[in-house]
Amino acid sequence: MDVEARKIVEVGYGGNERLLMNMGPQHPSAHGVFRAILQLEGETVAAVDAVIGYLHRCHEKLGETLTYVQYPSIASKTDYVAAMTSELTYVAAVEKVGKVEVPKRAQYLRVLVAELQRVASHCLWLGTWCLDMGGALGGGATVFLYAMREREMILDLFEALTGARLLYGFHQVGGVRYDLPAGWAETCRQTIDFVAKRLDEYQAMLEGNAFFLVRTQGVGVISRELAQELGVSGPLIRGSGVNYDVRRAEPYSSYQDFEFRIPVEAAGDCYARYRVRMQEFRESIKIVRQVLDGLPEGPISSRPGVKSVGQVRVPKGEGYARVEGARGEVGCYLISDGSPKPYRMKWRGASFSNLAALPHILPGHKVADVVAIMGSVDPVFGEVDR
Amino acid sequence: MTHLIVAFVLLNAIILVVAYITLLERKFAARMQSRIGPYYVGWPHGWLQPIADALKLMLKEDVVPTLSDRWVYNLAPLVFLLPCMLIFATIPFAPGLGLADLNIGVLFFLAVSALEIVGLFMGGWGSNNKYALLSAMRAVNQIISYDLPFIFAALVPVVLAGSMQMSAIVVAQQGLFGWFVFYPGIGQLAFLAYVIATIAAENRVPFDILEAESELVAGFRVEYSGMKFALIQLGEYAHLVGTSFLGALLFLGGWLGPGPTWLGPLWFLLKAVLVFLLVTWVRWSFVRIRVDQILAISWKLLLPATVILLLATGFVVAAGFGRGA
Repeated sequence: MDVEARKIVEVGYGGNERLLMNMGPQHPSAHGVFRAILQLEGETVAAVDAVIGYLHRCHEKLGETLTYVQYPSIASKTDYVAAMTSELTYVAAVEKVGKVEVPKRAQYLRVLVAELQRVASHCLWLGTWCLDMGGALGGGATVFLYAMREREMILDLFEALTGARLLYGFHQVGGVRYDLPAGWAETCRQTIDFVAKRLDEYQAMLEGNAFFLVRTQGVGVISRELAQELGVSGPLIRGSGVNYDVRRAEPYSSYQDFEFRIPVEAAGDCYARYRVRMQEFRESIKIVRQVLDGLPEGPISSRPGVKSVGQVRVPKGEGYARVEGARGEVGCYLISDGSPKPYRMKWRGASFSNLAALPHILPGHKVADVVAIMGSVDPVFGEVDR
Repeated sequence: MTHLIVAFVLLNAIILVVAYITLLERKFAARMQSRIGPYYVGWPHGWLQPIADALKLMLKEDVVPTLSDRWVYNLAPLVFLLPCMLIFATIPFAPGLGLADLNIGVLFFLAVSALEIVGLFMGGWGSNNKYALLSAMRAVNQIISYDLPFIFAALVPVVLAGSMQMSAIVVAQQGLFGWFVFYPGIGQLAFLAYVIATIAAENRVPFDILEAESELVAGFRVEYSGMKFALIQLGEYAHLVGTSFLGALLFLGGWLGPGPTWLGPLWFLLKAVLVFLLVTWVRWSFVRIRVDQILAISWKLLLPATVILLLATGFVVAAGFGRGA
C-alpha cells in the first residue's frame, strides 16, 4: 500500500513542469476559509482555481425564516468585520420596501457608527495585510498589533454604545436601538483624534519602507476596464481610477449633509488600494467629527421599542438598498408578502464581487504575491459565502 | 579527554545561551510591539519560559508523515543541527578559552556554517510536502546566494588582520578605536554588508522566505513536531548566535573591553547580543520581500559591493595600512 501511494505522489511531484499547490481553506493567510488551488511553474503562478463556500450558512434562507425584528442582529454576521454596515443594509432595504421614515438623529447616528466601523475594519485590514506580507514573526506582526490596538479602542466605543464588541444589533427598522450614553461623544472625539495621530505614524512607517514599496507597487494591477467589467467596488474600484462611491452616487442616511472627499488612485495595484484606504481612514474620521458637531436632537426611532418579534410588518412589494461598506457596495434585495417575514432576501456581498478579480490578476505573479494581493482585496468570508 | 570535557561544557553553555536568547528576542519584540511578552512562567518576566518551552516540545508527539522519505526525514534535524553546533568549535571566548583556536578558524567557521543547507534541503525534501519542497528550493537559492557576500564581508577583517586565526584577529583590534568596525570607510561598509548577509543567511525577516508562514505555512519544517522541531529551532538559533559571535569577533573586537581580563567573555557575549539585537530589530520592523527581489539584491548589489570592498581592502593592506602583526 505504501509503495502504491508513493507512486501516485511522485506523479504529482515529478509531472512535467507544473506543481499543483493547495492554499487553504486551512492556511495562515486564507483570511478565513478561502481556498486557492494554484498551478505553479517554479515560483510563478500559472493558473488559479478559487474555491469558496466553506463558510456558507444559508443566510438568505435564514432571512426568510426570521422576522424583520429578528434578522438585523443576524445580518451583522454576514460581514462580521464591519457588522454595522451589514445591519444598516438590511434595515435600509426594509425601510425602502415599507416606506418607513427614519428620524434625522437616527440617520446621523447610523452614519456615525458606519464611519467608525469603517475605521475599525480598515485597521483590521491594514494589520492582516501586513501580516500576510511580513509574516507572523516579523515586521508585519508589529503593524498588526499596532492596528489592532486602535481597533480595540473603537470596539470599546461600540461596547459602551451597544454592549457588544463584534455583532451589535444596533439598527432596527425605523431607526436605531440605542442613543449615545452620557460622555460618549467626548470619548469618541478623543479616540478618533488619537487614531488620526497614529495613522500618520503608520503611514510614515510603511511608506518610508523600501521593502514595503517593492512588495506593493506594480503588484496585482486591476485595470480600470477589468474593474468595471467584474463589478468590483469599494477601495478596489477607486484604486483602479474609477470615482464611484455609493455614499456619493446615491446618498442614503443623510450622507449628503457631510463634507468628504472620495479618494481615487489611478494605478490599480496593491499600493493604490493601500493609498485609497489610508485616505478613507481620514475621510471617515472627518465625517465622524461632523456628525458629532451637528447631531440633531429628537427621537432615535420612528417606531416604538420592540415588544414582540412579529411586531414589524411591511406591505407587499420589493426593493433594493445599497450601502457603501468598508469593502465596497453591500446590497440587500428584499421581497415582502405583507407578513412579518420577508418572502425572499438576497445579499450582494462586496467581498464576493471583489474576489472575482483574483483569478484574473493572480496568474503571472509569484507565490508570495498571492497573499499580498489577496490581502489587498480584503475579503471577509462571512460576506462571500453568507 | 580535556577536549571532550570542554566540548561538553561548551555545548551545554551554547544550548543555554540559545534558549535564553530566544527569551530576549521575545521580550525585545514584545516591547517593539507594545506588548509585555512572556511573563507568568517564572514570574516575573518569564524567566523560566525557555525551559518550559523545551519541556513542552519534549512531551509532544513525534509525528512522521506516512509518505515521507523516512531516513531523510528523520536524519534532517540532526544534519541541520550538527554544523550549527560545530561552528562554535573555533571561536575563542577569551584568550585561551575555547575548544580549538585553529590557524584557519575563520575558514572553518565559514565552511562548516555553509553546510546547514544540506539539512535544510533534506528536511524539505523528506517531508514530502509541497510547502516544504518549495521552501527547500528557496533555501538552496537563497543561502547559496547569500553565503558569497557573507564570506566576502567576513574576509575583510581577515585581510586587515592578515590572519585567519580568530585570536589573532582580536589581537589586531587592540587600542582605542582599534575595532575593525571603526576602520575608516571599509570597516563600516563591511559590517553593514555582514549584518545584511547574516539576516539573509539566517533567513530572518525580511529575508525569511524559507519559513514564510503566510505563504508556505512554516516552510521546510512544516511537518516536524516535538523534539525534531526543537532541534531545528535550536539549530537555527545556534547558527544565528554563532554568526553574531563571529560578527562581534571580527568587527567589534571580541573580548576586548575595559576592566580586568576575566570580564573578557562577558564583553564578548554582550557584543554578540548587540549584533543579535541588530538583526532582531530589523526583523520586527520590515515586511518580507519576494524571492526574486531577494536574489536580485544579492547578485546585483551585495555581491559586487562586497567583492569591490574586499579588493579595496587588499589595496589598503598592500599600501601598508593593515593591522597584521
